[in-house]
Amino acid sequence: MSPRASDLVDPDRPIRPPDGRPLATQPQWRRDFPIDSGQDEYVSRRELVKFMVLTSGAFVVGQAWLLLKSLLTRSMPRPAPMAITAVSDLPVGGARTFEYPTGSSPRLLVRTGPASFVAYDQQCTHLACPVVPVVAEGRLHCPCHNGWFDLATGRPVAGPPQRPLPRITLNVRGGIIYATGVEEIAS
Amino acid sequence: MSGPSRFIRSQRMTIVSGILGFVVILVVLQLWLLTASVNAYLGGDHAIVVPALGASLVCFGLGAGLLRYLYRLE
Repeated sequence: MSPRASDLVDPDRPIRPPDGRPLATQPQWRRDFPIDSGQDEYVSRRELVKFMVLTSGAFVVGQAWLLLKSLLTRSMPRPAPMAITAVSDLPVGGARTFEYPTGSSPRLLVRTGPASFVAYDQQCTHLACPVVPVVAEGRLHCPCHNGWFDLATGRPVAGPPQRPLPRITLNVRGGIIYATGVEEIAS
Repeated sequence: MSGPSRFIRSQRMTIVSGILGFVVILVVLQLWLLTASVNAYLGGDHAIVVPALGASLVCFGLGAGLLRYLYRLE
């Protein structure tokens, strides 16, 4: 004769059905498969703690990925200087887009004066819309969400962008403007 | 893991609830930390990455320690 489920109950840990009534008054299916609601709640919470700790581990992996990316970026060689255009081909207040290094996102070269040039990544640091120079106001404008950057420094001055535009370092030699590097400016 | 627990079930329920609350706070802290780190990293501030990883590891260690304690309660 096989034992009844209720005979298997540990007397030190009585089963508490969800509605709190004694096991003997419960329906047959619950007496056949008695689940202790207290123990069930305990195990559920313990499993939730385990899940949260796993989530915590995932955040550590995210931070480690960030560190790895930072180390890889630092160890990458600087791109070689690249000629963008002749000084005579760019009027004062004029702008030209280019890629540096080749295959990069578009960069924007602006002639702000007879002998002054600035170049930035053309993607707005908010949502990557292309920025356009407004040389008369000394600013760069992102028309998508009305973001503004300072033309001289690339720092955000108005609107949603929070981070400055990556700057392209330039060198003028023999009437030719060269891009020599990419600078991420800390905000 | 074997043998009777030092605590009755209602006590263990209180303990697991407390630990759960603490671990949730740690995870929220880590989420904020990761968000702030990514924001700083994209802004060109790479110096924040190492201390942020350290702080996140400490939070994870605390959470894992509490989980281990929870399993040892039974």
